[in-house]
Amino acid sequence: MTAGIKNLAKVYGEEIELLPKDLYIPPDALEIYLDSFEGPLDLLIYLIRKNNIDVLDIPMANLTLQYIEYVEKMKVIKLELAADYLLMSAMLIEIKSRMLLPKPSIDSDEDDPRAELVKKLIEYELMKDAAENLNQIPQVGKDIMVAQSYFERVTEIKYPEVSIDELFEAWKNVLKRAKQFEHHQISTSELSVREHMTIILRKLGDKDLIEFSSFFNYESEPIPKLVVYFLAILELTKEGMIKINQQSSSSPIYLQLGEV
Amino acid sequence: MTQINKLKEVIEVALLTSSQPLSIEDLVKLFVEKTDRSTIRMLLDDIRNDWQEKSMSLIQVATGYRFQADLNFTEFLMRLTPDRAPNYSRAVMEVLAIIAYRQPVTRADIEKVRGVSLNSNTLRQLIEREWVDIIGQKEVPGRPSLFATTKHFLNDFSLKSLSELPELNSSLTKELSDSQTDQSIEEPQES
Repeated sequence: MTAGIKNLAKVYGEEIELLPKDLYIPPDALEIYLDSFEGPLDLLIYLIRKNNIDVLDIPMANLTLQYIEYVEKMKVIKLELAADYLLMSAMLIEIKSRMLLPKPSIDSDEDDPRAELVKKLIEYELMKDAAENLNQIPQVGKDIMVAQSYFERVTEIKYPEVSIDELFEAWKNVLKRAKQFEHHQISTSELSVREHMTIILRKLGDKDLIEFSSFFNYESEPIPKLVVYFLAILELTKEGMIKINQQSSSSPIYLQLGEV
Repeated sequence: MTQINKLKEVIEVALLTSSQPLSIEDLVKLFVEKTDRSTIRMLLDDIRNDWQEKSMSLIQVATGYRFQADLNFTEFLMRLTPDRAPNYSRAVMEVLAIIAYRQPVTRADIEKVRGVSLNSNTLRQLIEREWVDIIGQKEVPGRPSLFATTKHFLNDFSLKSLSELPELNSSLTKELSDSQTDQSIEEPQES
């Protein structure tokens, strides 16, 4: 499993000195020692694919044993590589078992059982090779240092321009708003409901029918007074001293003295 | 200083201070007055020439232009930052290659090529690095996610587009198309 062995592979007893150029054999590759083949498993797969070795000549049990030994060894160093070889060994076993099975004559049109697997192998080989090439490209962060000079991004605060008119407008708004927050002096009312009840009764005494709205003169009377009038009317009605009539909805409402 | 030299300097300084490659569109934004894209392109050529003999060079990648240290300085610079981007395992690189060359692919496609089930950690590493992302779902039962490489991937590998990926091994490609049967794996695209 040293670099020295890498150049020494034996196929049917003949030594191979030169490894094929399009084959990548990782360091610490799984070396297989069989009668028909000695060398890294990567190479074995390669040769089977190229039809240089008959897969039927490979004793799988033996290969499996050597694989298991290899896994034990690689556990410490690089288990991942061992996983790759598991895949390769499994493929070999599948190829071989398919070859050994008798083919039913109906299926004679079917391709060589190796074809599909070989195709997969090639595709994988292709991608493995592509991955190698990709890894050769200088990468940012690993091989490429990107320029980035320091530049202090000062965010300058831009002040809005203000005209004197806008300022005046703003001041007026402040005053307007301040008005709404003024305190109101609330004093106890000097208006008495009783007193207004009397006023109403008196008026009704003069005329026996008075329009309801005539008590509510919004323009001249202050609001509290209107409220008191209203309360007085309600009070009088409740006590049965006056009656409220209306012919139909939205027609004028009249007050008249009740029949006490 | 002439107006045009001023523009050139502005572009240069923008590129030198940017952490991301800047596109022509980005560079146009530097100027209030309308500046032609062709002018910017011309100035970029100028800047590239100016820096030819220096320690940094201006290169174009997928999303724009960036300045980078020449590769022969990497060895030195690396000593300053011992914990740089990791070396990815062979498995990760293989998955990346499959996605890059065969995209868009599903997880099952990747597994079919490699013959082993895909460790979700592998994909996650690539997604976290922003080299790979999910671009949609394949309209087959289960609607599996389709993975593809990102612009960021192209940037990091200094590629302007996928067509600049290294060519696939031609003898293997030929072998594959020779062994192609009806129930085939997709024809590899060389471009």
